[in-house]
Amino acid sequence: MNELLELTTTRNNPHVDPSMAMWEWQIPVYLFLGGMVAGMMIIAGYFLFSGRHKESNCSCFFIPIVSVVLLSLGMFALFLDLAHKLYVWRLYTTFQFTSPMSWGAWILILVYPALIANILIKPAKWMTDRIPKLNEYSKKINDHPFLVKNIGIANMILGMMLGAYTGVLLSTMGSRPLWNTSLLWVLFLVSGLSAAAAFVHLFAKNKYESELLAKADNGFLIIELFVFVMIFLGLLSSARPHIEAAHLLLSGAYAPVFWVFVIGIGIIVPLIIQLLAVNHKVSHTAIAPILVIVGGLILRFVIVSAGQYSHWFNAHLH
Amino acid sequence: MPRYGMVIDTRKCVGCQDCVIACKTENNIPEGYNRDWIVTEAKGKFPDIQLEIRTERCNHCSETPCVSCCPTGASHIHDVGGVVLVEHNMCIGCKACVEACPYDARFIHPDGYADKCTFCIHRVEKGQKPACVEVCPTYCMYFGDLDDPNSEVSKLLQSRKWHINLPDAGTQPNIFYLV
Repeated sequence: MNELLELTTTRNNPHVDPSMAMWEWQIPVYLFLGGMVAGMMIIAGYFLFSGRHKESNCSCFFIPIVSVVLLSLGMFALFLDLAHKLYVWRLYTTFQFTSPMSWGAWILILVYPALIANILIKPAKWMTDRIPKLNEYSKKINDHPFLVKNIGIANMILGMMLGAYTGVLLSTMGSRPLWNTSLLWVLFLVSGLSAAAAFVHLFAKNKYESELLAKADNGFLIIELFVFVMIFLGLLSSARPHIEAAHLLLSGAYAPVFWVFVIGIGIIVPLIIQLLAVNHKVSHTAIAPILVIVGGLILRFVIVSAGQYSHWFNAHLH
Repeated sequence: MPRYGMVIDTRKCVGCQDCVIACKTENNIPEGYNRDWIVTEAKGKFPDIQLEIRTERCNHCSETPCVSCCPTGASHIHDVGGVVLVEHNMCIGCKACVEACPYDARFIHPDGYADKCTFCIHRVEKGQKPACVEVCPTYCMYFGDLDDPNSEVSKLLQSRKWHINLPDAGTQPNIFYLV
Protein backbone atom coordinates (compact mmCIF):
# COMPACT_ATOMS: atom_id res chain seq x y z
CA MET A 1 0.00 0.00 0.00
CA ASN A 2 1.38 3.41 -0.93
CA GLU A 3 1.83 6.18 1.56
CA LEU A 4 -1.14 8.52 1.46
CA LEU A 5 -1.46 12.23 2.01
CA GLU A 6 -4.96 13.56 2.46
CA LEU A 7 -5.68 17.23 2.94
CA THR A 8 -9.26 18.30 3.53
CA THR A 9 -10.65 21.73 4.28
CA THR A 10 -14.03 23.03 5.36
CA ARG A 11 -13.41 26.41 3.72
CA ASN A 12 -15.23 26.17 0.38
CA ASN A 13 -15.34 29.92 -0.37
CA PRO A 14 -16.88 30.78 -3.78
CA HIS A 15 -14.28 31.12 -6.58
CA VAL A 16 -11.50 30.22 -4.11
CA ASP A 17 -12.19 26.53 -3.55
CA PRO A 18 -11.51 23.91 -4.73
CA SER A 19 -9.03 25.94 -6.76
CA MET A 20 -8.65 29.68 -7.30
CA ALA A 21 -10.91 30.97 -10.09
CA MET A 22 -11.41 34.59 -9.08
CA TRP A 23 -10.46 36.05 -12.42
CA GLU A 24 -12.72 34.85 -15.19
CA TRP A 25 -13.04 35.80 -18.89
CA GLN A 26 -12.80 39.55 -18.29
CA ILE A 27 -9.15 39.53 -17.26
CA PRO A 28 -7.71 37.50 -20.19
CA VAL A 29 -9.81 39.53 -22.63
CA TYR A 30 -8.44 42.75 -21.16
CA LEU A 31 -4.87 41.44 -21.08
CA PHE A 32 -5.19 40.43 -24.72
CA LEU A 33 -6.74 43.69 -25.94
CA GLY A 34 -4.35 45.75 -23.79
CA GLY A 35 -1.39 43.77 -25.15
CA MET A 36 -2.51 44.10 -28.77
CA VAL A 37 -3.13 47.85 -28.40
CA ALA A 38 0.31 48.14 -26.80
CA GLY A 39 1.81 46.43 -29.85
CA MET A 40 -0.16 48.67 -32.21
CA MET A 41 1.05 51.78 -30.39
CA ILE A 42 4.64 50.63 -30.79
CA ILE A 43 4.09 49.94 -34.51
CA ALA A 44 2.28 53.25 -35.15
CA GLY A 45 4.86 55.08 -33.05
CA TYR A 46 7.66 53.55 -35.09
CA PHE A 47 5.97 54.57 -38.37
CA LEU A 48 5.56 58.15 -37.10
CA PHE A 49 9.15 58.25 -35.85
CA SER A 50 10.49 57.03 -39.17
CA GLY A 51 8.47 59.63 -41.11
CA ARG A 52 6.07 57.21 -42.77
CA HIS A 53 3.14 59.53 -41.98
CA LYS A 54 4.04 61.42 -45.15
CA GLU A 55 2.53 58.52 -47.09
CA SER A 56 -1.20 59.16 -47.44
CA ASN A 57 -2.16 55.51 -46.73
CA CYS A 58 0.17 54.97 -43.77
CA SER A 59 -1.25 52.52 -41.21
CA CYS A 60 -0.34 54.98 -38.45
CA PHE A 61 -3.58 56.84 -39.20
CA PHE A 62 -6.09 54.07 -38.60
CA ILE A 63 -4.14 52.29 -35.85
CA PRO A 64 -4.85 54.87 -33.08
CA ILE A 65 -8.58 54.96 -33.87
CA VAL A 66 -8.84 51.17 -33.69
CA SER A 67 -6.66 51.24 -30.58
CA VAL A 68 -8.97 53.64 -28.74
CA VAL A 69 -11.95 51.39 -29.51
CA LEU A 70 -10.21 48.12 -28.57
CA LEU A 71 -8.59 49.53 -25.42
CA SER A 72 -11.93 50.96 -24.29
CA LEU A 73 -13.56 47.56 -24.84
CA GLY A 74 -10.77 45.97 -22.79
CA MET A 75 -11.16 48.51 -20.00
CA PHE A 76 -14.90 47.88 -20.01
CA ALA A 77 -14.20 44.16 -19.53
CA LEU A 78 -11.91 45.11 -16.63
CA PHE A 79 -14.68 47.26 -15.17
CA LEU A 80 -17.12 44.36 -15.46
CA ASP A 81 -14.68 42.27 -13.40
CA LEU A 82 -14.68 44.72 -10.48
CA ALA A 83 -16.86 43.48 -7.64
CA HIS A 84 -17.18 46.92 -6.01
CA LYS A 85 -17.84 48.95 -9.16
CA LEU A 86 -19.04 52.21 -7.61
CA TYR A 87 -15.66 52.61 -5.93
CA VAL A 88 -13.61 52.43 -9.14
CA TRP A 89 -12.65 56.12 -8.74
CA ARG A 90 -10.53 55.09 -5.75
CA LEU A 91 -7.86 54.04 -8.29
CA TYR A 92 -7.33 57.69 -9.12
CA THR A 93 -7.11 59.21 -5.65
CA THR A 94 -3.81 57.48 -4.96
CA PHE A 95 -0.68 55.98 -6.47
CA GLN A 96 0.56 52.75 -4.90
CA PHE A 97 4.17 52.26 -5.91
CA THR A 98 4.29 48.50 -5.25
CA SER A 99 0.99 47.73 -7.00
CA PRO A 100 1.24 46.94 -10.73
CA MET A 101 -2.50 47.54 -10.97
CA SER A 102 -2.04 51.09 -9.71
CA TRP A 103 0.73 51.62 -12.26
CA GLY A 104 -1.58 50.21 -14.93
CA ALA A 105 -4.43 52.52 -13.99
CA TRP A 106 -2.19 55.57 -14.39
CA ILE A 107 -0.49 54.24 -17.54
CA LEU A 108 -3.95 53.89 -19.12
CA ILE A 109 -4.65 57.54 -18.28
CA LEU A 110 -1.47 58.52 -20.18
CA VAL A 111 -2.13 56.17 -23.10
CA TYR A 112 -5.31 57.92 -24.23
CA PRO A 113 -3.75 61.38 -24.81
CA ALA A 114 -0.91 59.73 -26.77
CA LEU A 115 -3.44 57.90 -28.96
CA ILE A 116 -5.49 61.08 -29.45
CA ALA A 117 -2.36 63.04 -30.38
CA ASN A 118 -1.63 60.36 -32.96
CA ILE A 119 -5.18 60.61 -34.32
CA LEU A 120 -4.84 64.40 -34.59
CA ILE A 121 -1.85 64.12 -36.96
CA LYS A 122 -4.28 63.16 -39.70
CA PRO A 123 -7.86 62.83 -38.45
CA ALA A 124 -10.21 60.65 -40.50
CA LYS A 125 -12.60 62.38 -42.86
CA TRP A 126 -15.68 61.42 -40.85
CA MET A 127 -14.10 63.22 -37.91
CA THR A 128 -13.20 66.43 -39.70
CA ASP A 129 -16.64 66.52 -41.34
CA ARG A 130 -18.18 66.70 -37.89
CA ILE A 131 -15.48 68.80 -36.18
CA PRO A 132 -13.77 70.97 -38.82
CA LYS A 133 -11.51 72.50 -36.17
CA LEU A 134 -9.55 69.23 -36.12
CA ASN A 135 -7.98 70.27 -39.41
CA GLU A 136 -6.42 73.29 -37.68
CA TYR A 137 -4.88 71.10 -34.94
CA SER A 138 -3.64 68.70 -37.57
CA LYS A 139 -1.97 71.51 -39.50
CA LYS A 140 -0.35 72.89 -36.36
CA ILE A 141 1.13 69.48 -35.50
CA ASN A 142 2.31 68.82 -39.04
CA ASP A 143 4.01 72.24 -39.16
CA HIS A 144 6.42 70.92 -36.54
CA PRO A 145 8.00 67.64 -37.72
CA PHE A 146 9.78 67.19 -34.36
CA LEU A 147 6.35 67.14 -32.71
CA VAL A 148 5.24 64.26 -34.94
CA LYS A 149 8.47 62.42 -34.07
CA ASN A 150 7.87 62.98 -30.38
CA ILE A 151 4.29 61.77 -30.61
CA GLY A 152 5.76 58.64 -32.21
CA ILE A 153 8.27 58.26 -29.38
CA ALA A 154 5.54 58.79 -26.76
CA ASN A 155 3.39 56.11 -28.41
CA MET A 156 6.29 53.66 -28.50
CA ILE A 157 7.24 54.23 -24.84
CA LEU A 158 3.67 54.12 -23.54
CA GLY A 159 2.96 51.07 -25.71
CA MET A 160 5.91 49.30 -24.15
CA MET A 161 4.78 50.29 -20.65
CA LEU A 162 1.23 49.11 -21.34
CA GLY A 163 2.35 45.80 -22.84
CA ALA A 164 4.87 45.15 -20.09
CA TYR A 165 2.54 45.99 -17.22
CA THR A 166 -0.04 43.42 -18.35
CA GLY A 167 2.60 40.76 -17.67
CA VAL A 168 4.03 42.34 -14.51
CA LEU A 169 0.49 42.41 -13.10
CA LEU A 170 0.54 38.62 -12.95
CA SER A 171 4.25 37.96 -12.43
CA THR A 172 4.41 39.82 -9.11
CA MET A 173 2.09 37.22 -7.57
CA GLY A 174 4.45 34.95 -5.64
CA SER A 175 1.37 33.02 -4.57
CA ARG A 176 0.78 31.64 -8.10
CA PRO A 177 3.95 29.76 -9.15
CA LEU A 178 3.14 29.71 -12.88
CA TRP A 179 2.90 33.51 -13.04
CA ASN A 180 5.85 34.05 -10.76
CA THR A 181 8.42 34.39 -13.54
CA SER A 182 9.87 37.79 -14.32
CA LEU A 183 9.86 36.85 -18.03
CA LEU A 184 6.08 36.98 -18.21
CA TRP A 185 6.07 40.63 -19.25
CA VAL A 186 8.43 39.81 -22.14
CA LEU A 187 6.08 37.03 -23.25
CA PHE A 188 3.03 39.30 -23.11
CA LEU A 189 4.83 42.19 -24.79
CA VAL A 190 6.11 40.02 -27.66
CA SER A 191 2.76 38.28 -27.98
CA GLY A 192 1.05 41.69 -28.03
CA LEU A 193 3.44 42.91 -30.72
CA SER A 194 2.82 39.75 -32.71
CA ALA A 195 -0.99 40.07 -32.54
CA ALA A 196 -0.71 43.78 -33.39
CA ALA A 197 1.53 43.11 -36.40
CA ALA A 198 -0.98 40.48 -37.57
CA PHE A 199 -3.91 42.83 -37.08
CA VAL A 200 -2.31 45.77 -38.87
CA HIS A 201 -1.08 43.45 -41.65
CA LEU A 202 -4.71 42.39 -42.20
CA PHE A 203 -5.93 45.95 -42.69
CA ALA A 204 -2.87 47.83 -44.00
CA LYS A 205 -3.47 49.54 -47.36
CA ASN A 206 0.21 50.28 -47.82
CA LYS A 207 1.94 47.33 -49.57
CA TYR A 208 5.37 48.05 -48.04
CA GLU A 209 3.97 48.17 -44.51
CA SER A 210 1.91 45.05 -45.02
CA GLU A 211 4.99 43.10 -46.15
CA LEU A 212 7.17 44.60 -43.41
CA LEU A 213 4.68 43.61 -40.70
CA ALA A 214 4.40 40.03 -41.98
CA LYS A 215 8.18 39.76 -41.73
CA ALA A 216 8.20 41.43 -38.31
CA ASP A 217 5.46 39.08 -37.12
CA ASN A 218 7.60 36.08 -38.07
CA GLY A 219 10.35 37.57 -35.92
CA PHE A 220 7.98 38.13 -33.01
CA LEU A 221 6.62 34.57 -33.23
CA ILE A 222 10.14 33.10 -33.19
CA ILE A 223 11.09 35.30 -30.21
CA GLU A 224 7.87 34.20 -28.46
CA LEU A 225 8.93 30.56 -28.83
CA PHE A 226 12.34 31.36 -27.30
CA VAL A 227 10.68 33.23 -24.43
CA PHE A 228 8.49 30.20 -23.75
CA VAL A 229 11.59 27.99 -23.65
CA MET A 230 13.27 30.33 -21.19
CA ILE A 231 10.19 30.60 -18.97
CA PHE A 232 9.97 26.82 -18.77
CA LEU A 233 13.72 26.51 -18.08
CA GLY A 234 13.30 28.98 -15.24
CA LEU A 235 10.27 27.24 -13.75
CA LEU A 236 11.64 23.71 -14.18
CA SER A 237 14.89 24.58 -12.42
CA SER A 238 13.08 26.27 -9.52
CA ALA A 239 11.20 24.96 -6.47
CA ARG A 240 8.67 22.15 -6.54
CA PRO A 241 5.53 24.32 -6.86
CA HIS A 242 7.13 26.00 -9.89
CA ILE A 243 8.09 22.69 -11.46
CA GLU A 244 4.52 21.46 -11.00
CA ALA A 245 3.23 24.73 -12.48
CA ALA A 246 5.37 24.24 -15.60
CA HIS A 247 4.05 20.70 -15.93
CA LEU A 248 0.48 21.99 -15.84
CA LEU A 249 1.16 23.40 -19.32
CA LEU A 250 3.74 20.91 -20.56
CA SER A 251 2.08 17.64 -19.64
CA GLY A 252 -0.79 18.32 -17.23
CA ALA A 253 -4.39 19.46 -17.38
CA TYR A 254 -3.66 22.43 -19.61
CA ALA A 255 -1.26 20.61 -21.96
CA PRO A 256 -3.74 19.85 -24.78
CA VAL A 257 -4.96 23.43 -25.10
CA PHE A 258 -1.44 24.79 -24.63
CA TRP A 259 0.26 22.60 -27.25
CA VAL A 260 -2.57 22.57 -29.79
CA PHE A 261 -3.93 26.12 -29.59
CA VAL A 262 -1.16 28.30 -28.12
CA ILE A 263 1.93 26.70 -29.65
CA GLY A 264 0.49 24.85 -32.67
CA ILE A 265 -2.32 26.94 -34.09
CA GLY A 266 -1.20 30.22 -32.49
CA ILE A 267 2.51 30.16 -33.34
CA ILE A 268 3.87 27.25 -35.43
CA VAL A 269 1.18 27.02 -38.15
CA PRO A 270 0.95 30.78 -38.85
CA LEU A 271 4.75 31.03 -38.69
CA ILE A 272 5.11 28.38 -41.41
CA ILE A 273 2.38 29.98 -43.57
CA GLN A 274 3.86 33.45 -43.15
CA LEU A 275 7.43 32.31 -43.80
CA LEU A 276 6.22 30.82 -47.09
CA ALA A 277 4.28 34.01 -47.86
CA VAL A 278 7.16 36.44 -47.29
CA ASN A 279 9.35 34.21 -49.45
CA HIS A 280 6.69 34.39 -52.17
CA LYS A 281 6.00 30.63 -52.14
CA VAL A 282 2.32 31.25 -51.32
CA SER A 283 0.28 34.44 -51.46
CA HIS A 284 -0.71 36.37 -48.35
CA THR A 285 -4.09 35.37 -46.95
CA ALA A 286 -5.97 36.30 -43.80
CA ILE A 287 -5.45 32.81 -42.34
CA ALA A 288 -2.06 33.30 -40.67
CA PRO A 289 -2.84 36.69 -39.05
CA ILE A 290 -6.21 35.45 -37.76
CA LEU A 291 -4.53 32.37 -36.23
CA VAL A 292 -1.92 34.62 -34.57
CA ILE A 293 -4.63 36.86 -33.09
CA VAL A 294 -6.76 33.94 -31.87
CA GLY A 295 -3.63 32.25 -30.48
CA GLY A 296 -2.76 35.43 -28.55
CA LEU A 297 -6.22 35.50 -26.99
CA ILE A 298 -6.08 31.82 -26.03
CA LEU A 299 -2.59 32.34 -24.58
CA ARG A 300 -4.02 34.90 -22.10
CA PHE A 301 -6.88 32.55 -21.16
CA VAL A 302 -4.49 29.64 -20.58
CA ILE A 303 -2.00 31.67 -18.54
CA VAL A 304 -4.69 33.30 -16.38
CA SER A 305 -6.56 30.05 -15.76
CA ALA A 306 -3.57 27.72 -15.28
CA GLY A 307 -1.78 30.37 -13.20
CA GLN A 308 -4.69 30.55 -10.78
CA TYR A 309 -4.75 26.77 -10.61
CA SER A 310 -1.02 26.59 -9.77
CA HIS A 311 -0.46 26.82 -6.03
CA TRP A 312 1.68 26.10 -3.00
CA PHE A 313 1.01 22.90 -1.15
CA ASN A 314 -0.26 23.31 2.41
CA ALA A 315 1.00 20.03 3.88
CA HIS A 316 3.24 19.83 6.92
CA LEU A 317 3.46 16.30 8.25
CA HIS A 318 6.76 14.55 7.72
CA MET B 1 4.19 48.41 19.32
CA PRO B 2 2.76 44.90 19.73
CA ARG B 3 2.81 42.29 16.98
CA TYR B 4 -0.34 40.26 17.32
CA GLY B 5 -0.24 36.60 16.52
CA MET B 6 -1.88 33.30 17.28
CA VAL B 7 -0.57 30.01 18.53
CA ILE B 8 -2.72 26.98 17.85
CA ASP B 9 -2.13 23.67 19.55
CA THR B 10 -2.81 21.02 16.91
CA ARG B 11 -2.63 18.34 19.62
CA LYS B 12 -5.68 19.84 21.31
CA CYS B 13 -7.71 20.89 18.24
CA VAL B 14 -10.47 18.40 17.49
CA GLY B 15 -11.91 20.23 14.48
CA CYS B 16 -15.25 20.95 16.14
CA GLN B 17 -15.74 24.19 14.11
CA ASP B 18 -16.80 26.21 17.14
CA CYS B 19 -14.26 28.83 16.02
CA VAL B 20 -15.86 28.89 12.58
CA ILE B 21 -19.35 29.44 13.95
CA ALA B 22 -18.11 32.01 16.47
CA CYS B 23 -16.44 34.00 13.69
CA LYS B 24 -19.51 33.86 11.48
CA THR B 25 -21.72 35.02 14.33
CA GLU B 26 -19.40 37.74 15.63
CA ASN B 27 -18.57 39.17 12.22
CA ASN B 28 -21.87 38.53 10.47
CA ILE B 29 -20.29 36.45 7.70
CA PRO B 30 -22.82 35.54 4.99
CA GLU B 31 -23.84 31.96 4.41
CA GLY B 32 -21.41 30.02 2.24
CA TYR B 33 -18.38 32.17 3.15
CA ASN B 34 -15.70 31.55 5.75
CA ARG B 35 -13.06 33.73 7.36
CA ASP B 36 -11.73 30.70 9.24
CA TRP B 37 -11.94 26.99 8.57
CA ILE B 38 -10.66 23.58 9.63
CA VAL B 39 -7.95 21.69 7.76
CA THR B 40 -7.35 18.02 8.39
CA GLU B 41 -4.11 16.52 7.18
CA ALA B 42 -3.51 12.79 7.24
CA LYS B 43 -0.28 11.18 6.14
CA GLY B 44 1.28 7.77 6.27
CA LYS B 45 0.89 4.14 5.41
CA PHE B 46 -1.70 2.05 7.21
CA PRO B 47 -1.58 1.37 10.13
CA ASP B 48 1.06 4.03 10.72
CA ILE B 49 -0.96 7.20 10.11
CA GLN B 50 -0.29 10.71 11.37
CA LEU B 51 -3.11 13.19 11.71
CA GLU B 52 -3.08 16.94 12.20
CA ILE B 53 -6.21 19.02 12.66
CA ARG B 54 -5.80 22.77 12.58
CA THR B 55 -7.98 25.84 12.48
CA GLU B 56 -6.82 28.23 9.75
CA ARG B 57 -7.44 31.88 8.82
CA CYS B 58 -5.53 34.87 7.45
CA ASN B 59 -1.99 34.61 8.81
CA HIS B 60 -1.58 38.39 9.24
CA CYS B 61 1.85 37.98 7.68
CA SER B 62 4.77 40.30 8.30
CA GLU B 63 5.51 40.31 4.54
CA THR B 64 2.17 41.12 2.93
CA PRO B 65 1.77 40.53 -0.83
CA CYS B 66 -1.95 41.31 -0.38
CA VAL B 67 -1.11 44.81 0.82
CA SER B 68 1.63 45.58 -1.68
CA CYS B 69 -0.52 44.57 -4.68
CA CYS B 70 -3.54 46.66 -3.64
CA PRO B 71 -4.04 49.51 -6.15
CA THR B 72 -6.04 51.74 -3.79
CA GLY B 73 -4.47 51.21 -0.39
CA ALA B 74 -7.68 49.56 0.88
CA SER B 75 -5.69 46.52 1.96
CA HIS B 76 -3.45 47.85 4.71
CA ILE B 77 -1.56 47.09 7.91
CA HIS B 78 -3.40 48.38 10.97
CA ASP B 79 -1.69 50.83 13.33
CA VAL B 80 -2.15 48.41 16.21
CA GLY B 81 -0.51 44.99 16.27
CA GLY B 82 0.43 44.75 12.59
CA VAL B 83 -2.99 43.30 11.82
CA VAL B 84 -3.80 43.15 8.09
CA LEU B 85 -7.17 44.76 7.32
CA VAL B 86 -9.30 45.87 4.36
CA GLU B 87 -10.96 49.30 4.30
CA HIS B 88 -14.28 48.34 2.71
CA ASN B 89 -15.13 51.70 1.19
CA MET B 90 -11.72 51.98 -0.47
CA CYS B 91 -11.81 48.50 -2.02
CA ILE B 92 -12.77 48.31 -5.71
CA GLY B 93 -13.14 44.51 -5.72
CA CYS B 94 -10.32 43.94 -8.23
CA LYS B 95 -9.44 40.63 -6.52
CA ALA B 96 -5.67 41.19 -6.80
CA CYS B 97 -5.23 40.60 -3.05
CA VAL B 98 -7.27 37.39 -3.23
CA GLU B 99 -4.91 36.15 -5.95
CA ALA B 100 -1.81 37.39 -4.13
CA CYS B 101 -2.44 35.42 -0.93
CA PRO B 102 -0.65 32.04 -1.03
CA TYR B 103 -3.02 30.80 1.71
CA ASP B 104 -6.17 31.67 -0.28
CA ALA B 105 -7.39 33.27 2.94
CA ARG B 106 -9.40 36.04 1.27
CA PHE B 107 -12.70 36.06 -0.56
CA ILE B 108 -14.98 38.60 -2.17
CA HIS B 109 -17.86 39.49 0.14
CA PRO B 110 -21.29 39.45 -1.61
CA ASP B 111 -21.31 43.24 -1.05
CA GLY B 112 -18.28 43.52 -3.37
CA TYR B 113 -15.24 44.12 -1.20
CA ALA B 114 -12.37 41.79 -0.31
CA ASP B 115 -12.92 40.23 3.08
CA LYS B 116 -10.97 38.08 5.55
CA CYS B 117 -10.10 37.54 9.20
CA THR B 118 -9.44 40.75 11.17
CA PHE B 119 -8.16 39.01 14.34
CA CYS B 120 -11.44 40.53 15.67
CA ILE B 121 -9.51 43.77 16.11
CA HIS B 122 -12.74 45.48 17.25
CA ARG B 123 -12.76 43.12 20.25
CA VAL B 124 -9.00 43.10 20.80
CA GLU B 125 -8.90 46.90 21.02
CA LYS B 126 -11.45 46.63 23.84
CA GLY B 127 -9.24 44.18 25.67
CA GLN B 128 -11.18 41.07 24.62
CA LYS B 129 -9.93 37.98 22.80
CA PRO B 130 -10.84 37.23 19.17
CA ALA B 131 -14.21 35.43 19.02
CA CYS B 132 -12.67 32.15 17.79
CA VAL B 133 -10.17 32.07 20.66
CA GLU B 134 -12.85 32.99 23.19
CA VAL B 135 -15.12 30.06 22.36
CA CYS B 136 -12.63 27.24 21.77
CA PRO B 137 -13.83 24.37 23.99
CA THR B 138 -10.43 22.62 24.04
CA TYR B 139 -8.49 25.84 24.71
CA CYS B 140 -6.24 25.06 21.76
CA MET B 141 -5.99 28.69 20.58
CA TYR B 142 -3.85 31.42 22.10
CA PHE B 143 -3.73 35.08 21.06
CA GLY B 144 -1.21 37.69 22.09
CA ASP B 145 1.82 39.85 21.43
CA LEU B 146 4.61 37.90 19.74
CA ASP B 147 7.10 40.72 20.41
CA ASP B 148 6.57 40.49 24.17
CA PRO B 149 8.86 37.70 25.43
CA ASN B 150 6.67 37.29 28.53
CA SER B 151 3.39 36.81 26.65
CA GLU B 152 1.68 33.42 26.70
CA VAL B 153 2.17 33.00 22.94
CA SER B 154 5.89 33.79 23.11
CA LYS B 155 6.42 31.36 25.96
CA LEU B 156 4.60 28.60 24.12
CA LEU B 157 6.77 29.16 21.06
CA GLN B 158 9.87 28.97 23.22
CA SER B 159 8.86 25.76 24.97
CA ARG B 160 7.09 23.77 22.25
CA LYS B 161 7.83 22.55 18.72
CA TRP B 162 5.84 24.38 16.09
CA HIS B 163 5.42 24.95 12.36
CA ILE B 164 4.02 27.74 10.25
CA ASN B 165 1.98 27.25 7.09
CA LEU B 166 3.78 27.50 3.71
CA PRO B 167 7.15 28.65 5.08
CA ASP B 168 8.56 28.53 1.53
CA ALA B 169 6.10 31.19 0.34
CA GLY B 170 8.16 33.63 2.41
CA THR B 171 5.36 35.76 3.81
CA GLN B 172 6.40 35.30 7.45
CA PRO B 173 2.99 34.36 8.84
CA ASN B 174 2.09 35.23 12.43
CA ILE B 175 0.04 32.13 13.17
CA PHE B 176 1.99 29.23 14.63
CA TYR B 177 0.91 25.62 14.99
CA LEU B 178 2.17 23.62 17.95
CA VAL B 179 2.94 20.00 17.13
